[in-house]
Amino acid sequence: MEVIHPRNLEEALAAVADGMTPLAGGTDLMVEVNYGQKRPERVVALRRLADIADFSPTRIGAGVRWRRIEKEGPRALAQAARTVGSPQIRNAGTIGGNVATASPAGDGLPFLAAVDASIELTSGSGSRLLRWDEYFVGVKQTARRSDELVTAIVLADDLPERQEFAKVGVRNAMVISTVCCVVTRREDGATTVALGSVAPTPMRARRAEEMISSERSPSEATLAEFARLVSEEVAPITDHRSTEEYRRHAAGVLARRLLERCLRREAA
Amino acid sequence: MTTRTGRRSVQGGIGESTIRPDGVPKLRGEFMYAQDMHVEGMLWGATTRSPHPHARIVSIDVGPALAIGGVHAVLTHDDIPGPGLFGLEHPDQPVLAGDVVRYWGEPVAIVAAEDEDTARRAAEAVVVEYEELEPLVDAEEADARDEVFRRMKIRRGDQEARGSVVVEGYYEVGMQDQAPLGTEAGLAVPDGNGGVDLYATSQFVHVDQQQVVEALGLRPEQVRAHPVGIGGAFGAREDVNLHIHLCLLALYTGRPVKMVYHRGESFTGHVHRHPARMWYRHEADENGRLVRVEAKILVDGGAYASTTAAVLANACYFAVGPYKCDSVAVDGVGARTNNPPCGAMRGFGAVQVCFAYESQMDRLASALGMDPLELRRRNALATGDRLATTGQVIDTPLPVVEVIDSLAAMPLLVDEPGSGGDLPGGSGLTTEPRHVRRGVGYALSIKNLGFSEGFDDYAQARVRLSPEGAIVETAAIEVGQGLVNVLAQIARTTLGVSRAEVRHVDTSRIDSAGSTSASRQTQLSGGATHEAARRLRQRILEHYRADDLDDEGVWRGDTLVAAWDDLVRDGWEETVTFRHPPTEPPDENGQGKMHADFAVAGHRAVVDVDPELGLVRVLRVDTAQDVGKALNPESIRGQIEGGILQGVGLAVMEELVLDRGRIRNATFTDYLLPTILDAPDVEAILIEQEGSWGPFGAKGVGEPPTISSTPAVVAAIRDATGKELNRVPVRPQDIALEEEVAR
Ligand SMILES: Cc1cc2nc3c(=O)[nH]c(=O)nc-3n(C[C@H](O)[C@H](O)[C@H](O)COP(=O)(O)OP(=O)(O)OC[C@H]3O[C@@H](n4cnc5c(N)ncnc54)[C@H](O)[C@@H]3O)c2cc1C
Repeated sequence: MEVIHPRNLEEALAAVADGMTPLAGGTDLMVEVNYGQKRPERVVALRRLADIADFSPTRIGAGVRWRRIEKEGPRALAQAARTVGSPQIRNAGTIGGNVATASPAGDGLPFLAAVDASIELTSGSGSRLLRWDEYFVGVKQTARRSDELVTAIVLADDLPERQEFAKVGVRNAMVISTVCCVVTRREDGATTVALGSVAPTPMRARRAEEMISSERSPSEATLAEFARLVSEEVAPITDHRSTEEYRRHAAGVLARRLLERCLRREAA
Repeated sequence: MTTRTGRRSVQGGIGESTIRPDGVPKLRGEFMYAQDMHVEGMLWGATTRSPHPHARIVSIDVGPALAIGGVHAVLTHDDIPGPGLFGLEHPDQPVLAGDVVRYWGEPVAIVAAEDEDTARRAAEAVVVEYEELEPLVDAEEADARDEVFRRMKIRRGDQEARGSVVVEGYYEVGMQDQAPLGTEAGLAVPDGNGGVDLYATSQFVHVDQQQVVEALGLRPEQVRAHPVGIGGAFGAREDVNLHIHLCLLALYTGRPVKMVYHRGESFTGHVHRHPARMWYRHEADENGRLVRVEAKILVDGGAYASTTAAVLANACYFAVGPYKCDSVAVDGVGARTNNPPCGAMRGFGAVQVCFAYESQMDRLASALGMDPLELRRRNALATGDRLATTGQVIDTPLPVVEVIDSLAAMPLLVDEPGSGGDLPGGSGLTTEPRHVRRGVGYALSIKNLGFSEGFDDYAQARVRLSPEGAIVETAAIEVGQGLVNVLAQIARTTLGVSRAEVRHVDTSRIDSAGSTSASRQTQLSGGATHEAARRLRQRILEHYRADDLDDEGVWRGDTLVAAWDDLVRDGWEETVTFRHPPTEPPDENGQGKMHADFAVAGHRAVVDVDPELGLVRVLRVDTAQDVGKALNPESIRGQIEGGILQGVGLAVMEELVLDRGRIRNATFTDYLLPTILDAPDVEAILIEQEGSWGPFGAKGVGEPPTISSTPAVVAAIRDATGKELNRVPVRPQDIALEEEVAR
């Protein structure tokens, strides 16, 4: 196996254009190698590439690791970061790797959906920005071309003040999401609800959002209806980790609880 | 002539929590596990496995694998020189499948190559043409078709006895895996004369040796099996897996051959805990005394026999638990299916039924409106009573009441939900204190110690003197439990010396120590060590007409009559084969003295549950355990904490998920073991009552912590949620959604 360590983004992009496999923290890639699903012959290591590790309120470089996001990221993304694997995994794994893998269970992804983030893709011929729903196209499938790198996550400069993340797993840590969810809410009531592990890509529960956004102080009945809508809108499957029925149920419960947390913070 | 200044007391004897000799090397990463073995010129082995749970093998083409550079051998069923079968109870399992594969992952071909990667690629390059057959994957259907390894019938007492309070229940236990952190690994080295030395992960080297000999048609003296460094076992290493393959490859190539299973292969390469379905009916009088217990127990043995017959027997013998009852009917079936073979796992049949009978006891308590511990106290078995199932009179200490009283007296020691930050859902932030309901549950268990049903169960140990002190030689396997500690402690106390250590020797240099299973080595190999040390000391003292032996030598009064070095030079040693009291096979009603000894334990679990999401946090599992005599309290606590965690795993997460015979989650991504964040706090009371035949009255302690911790956790979840929960592991959907109708 050949590994190159590019000195700058340009060299990295040239390597990718030349067919080399990008390696960031390796916490997804090496698992696939271990299971014999991938056998990359030529690898370009992004780990030391400072060019894609920038961090600002509106831009998170692809090479930023979960450990940093856990401390410095926007609230709901930091909460999500805290649930990724174990300290060892968070010290190595990057948000760019999470976005590039595009697993339906990627814990960093619902946040991107909730705040309508864009993914910056860069190749030798320049950069383009794709909105999250243009970028994620299926289970582990994205609109990224093979000569492109994910270089950053681009966020709006007015993220919702209230944002909450939660994740259901069968174990208290180190677990793949059965369902994960982000709810954001603005002063004017505008609410977004994004979920992971309940569809091929991260998704928004638009009908539930629309219904709740016009409610200033929702009643019990409204909250229950909100949860029901979320459960209805998600499209989960039954597999060895859980059942469709449970995932629907848990999606509704989580969304409601996160909304209640936002409302409580609003009141406070 | 030396004059004695004053007798020093023995350091590091029994009752002390001595530090394990392998502890520091293990922590520093310096301990040599089987995975780390290396010899010059060795080849690597790999295995081609069946992708089908049931199929006819039409043809095997090894050509493409042999064509890969660096490949030295590709062997199939046709290349085996002997009968090519193995099995712990009877040899029914092919070393390599012949005409038919009977489970998913069954070995079909083995290869040896210059390096590991080449070996794996070659194993994948073997072309096997299969004709798929319908797999039999349902144990009830297997029972109906009479595809069974064993049927058990137990009838005791008046079969017409009836109680006024009746509870019935159906229970299921999923397939748990031992998931030892060290995967299967080994090295076979040909001796140049047609024989072979085997160094492989194991719990019982003599029975490995025997199976290699028989399967390959060798003479016993041609095969030597050596104990090696092992990272956990829990029953998974009782059966052979890569052992015969390694010897076959080494003998064929004339080169040492090493093999290490990957994690996924480990999940398919060893046996699992039997999944079970159990139908129960308990009848009691209005005071809560058990009048009659009926049970039907169906375990799925998978494709080959392994130890299914013994596991089933154990499940049936302990089907009532540590309770008195004079009218019992138990029917047991060990089904043969095309599921992965099941065999030994910590608790060996006692685990499955404990979940059922303890669930029944709680149901009965609630039907009677009685406190669950009070119901258990009223029915508690004691020394002198008869075991409800087999009628065997219990003649060793059996502190069931003491276990109950200890549990009842332990303070609860838990704060308000969430005050320690440990809410259900953990770092996932799913749950707030207001979503939480707390529950407390109890369970008790009983299990046999040592092998049963007339098996000639023995262990040999040798004690000799060396310049470094006393040496205990044994082939008893250390899998992490602390045998190397406790045997040395026994030797120190018994001989009266402070320096003693355990050395492992191969099967040609000592007779069998039996298996490191059935909680038996402290009692059996410990018994042999104790007796060897006792006789050795006695012989030395008699020889010198002396009255004491210590690190300096032999003393008559204050006079040293022979120095340690003199004793070493004279080559003093003693070898003892120790047997436990004899047992017998059951009669046609399952009656008789089938067991040599018993141990009981009890657990109290405290859980916080988020009922709406079905998430559980096990906060505490406190325990009282019958240990006979605590030879090394810290080692016992290690067994207790680890065993409880394994029981918690079965209660809330550990299960191999099968889909028509195929394991869906043969990875640590999806076979979930509890992490340290899932581990409850544990307070343990060790109940010491001497009178067992183990050394100094010690009992085995390895299995009991795993047995009743599972039903205690489930009882606590029921207490918190009001759900019936008749299946383990309890999944979030079992709590959060409407329950499926019990059968
Ligand atoms: C034990 C364990 C636990 C885990 N737990 C979680 C969890 O709880 N939640 C969760 O979401 N994930 C989890 N993961 C998955 C993984 O850690 C995350 O997805 C992580 O964000 C991946 O980042 P990485 O830098 O390690 O990616 P890598 O493995 O280096 O790369 C992943 C993929 O993306 C490609 N790639 C990497 N960087 C770029 C780039 N800049 N542009 C284009 N392609 C790129 C690689 O070629 C590869 O195909 C876990 C993994 C392990 C091993």
